[in-house]
Amino acid sequence: MPYALCFLLFMLGLYCAVVKKNMVKIVIGILIMEYAVNLFLVMLGFRVGGIAPIIDRAQYDPVIQQVAAGFVNNSVDPLPQALVLTSIVISLGSLALMISICIRTYEKYGTFDITQIRRLKG
Amino acid sequence: MYIFYFLLIFMIIAAIIAIETKNLLSSVICISALGFGASLMFLFLRAPDIAITQIVVDILALIILIRSTISRDLTFISGDKEFFGTVVSVVIIFIIFLAGVKVFETLPDFGTAIFARVPNAASQTYIKEGLEKTGAANIVSSVILDYRAYDTLGEATVLFTAIIGATVILRKKAKKLLEEPDL
Repeated sequence: MPYALCFLLFMLGLYCAVVKKNMVKIVIGILIMEYAVNLFLVMLGFRVGGIAPIIDRAQYDPVIQQVAAGFVNNSVDPLPQALVLTSIVISLGSLALMISICIRTYEKYGTFDITQIRRLKG
Repeated sequence: MYIFYFLLIFMIIAAIIAIETKNLLSSVICISALGFGASLMFLFLRAPDIAITQIVVDILALIILIRSTISRDLTFISGDKEFFGTVVSVVIIFIIFLAGVKVFETLPDFGTAIFARVPNAASQTYIKEGLEKTGAANIVSSVILDYRAYDTLGEATVLFTAIIGATVILRKKAKKLLEEPDL
């Protein structure tokens, strides 16, 4: 059920990017889709009663050099978290690129409406 | 468990307001409310690193979006609305949503980690051997900086390319050169 709600969020972003005619609204739709996908990937690795993948001093035995079994059996998945961390920072860079295209278009045409900027202007 | 439903419904309401409101500035503010909900969600999903990063990225995204919309929100979408196209898009999106819900029923329930079902998953190796192999107590940082460091290098490359693109698009000098009649 949380997966379905997350997918609903993705679909709202897709609707915004497809239907809306304002350039900033399209950017906002893409942003909503990014949030939904990141959230879904992190939700896949969650387990009920899990702990964050940070090893405490009490959970590591330096003599036999092994992590305690309680940590191994209770930790949430660290791999999606690491990849989503990368993805969030990249989404910021792509947001800056998209917004700069929007600002440039506004300077040239004086509007954000994509039906008005359809015409060619040499 | 109910906190997840609460936060997800909060995010969906914020997204709907952000999509449907006319004023671009309030739309941007709703987006930052969405990001705050996402950050809290990451915190409750036991991912503190992502929660911190999400907060910082949201602040920067708010600055960038406000820079683009402040004193420019005078765009009113005129012209006839294409009812046929809108209806077709909504129907297609709804069909995709129903198909996606059917797919999500095949996944294991929320709260049972998928990687725990696979005996030799990569995540199991990272959790078991991450500390002694890399010396980092935080498994996430041992993954992004040691096991998958090339991924982080690629991320830096993509970020650099995006910022170069934004700088090239926004600079003023080339515009003056282009407006010269004969160069």
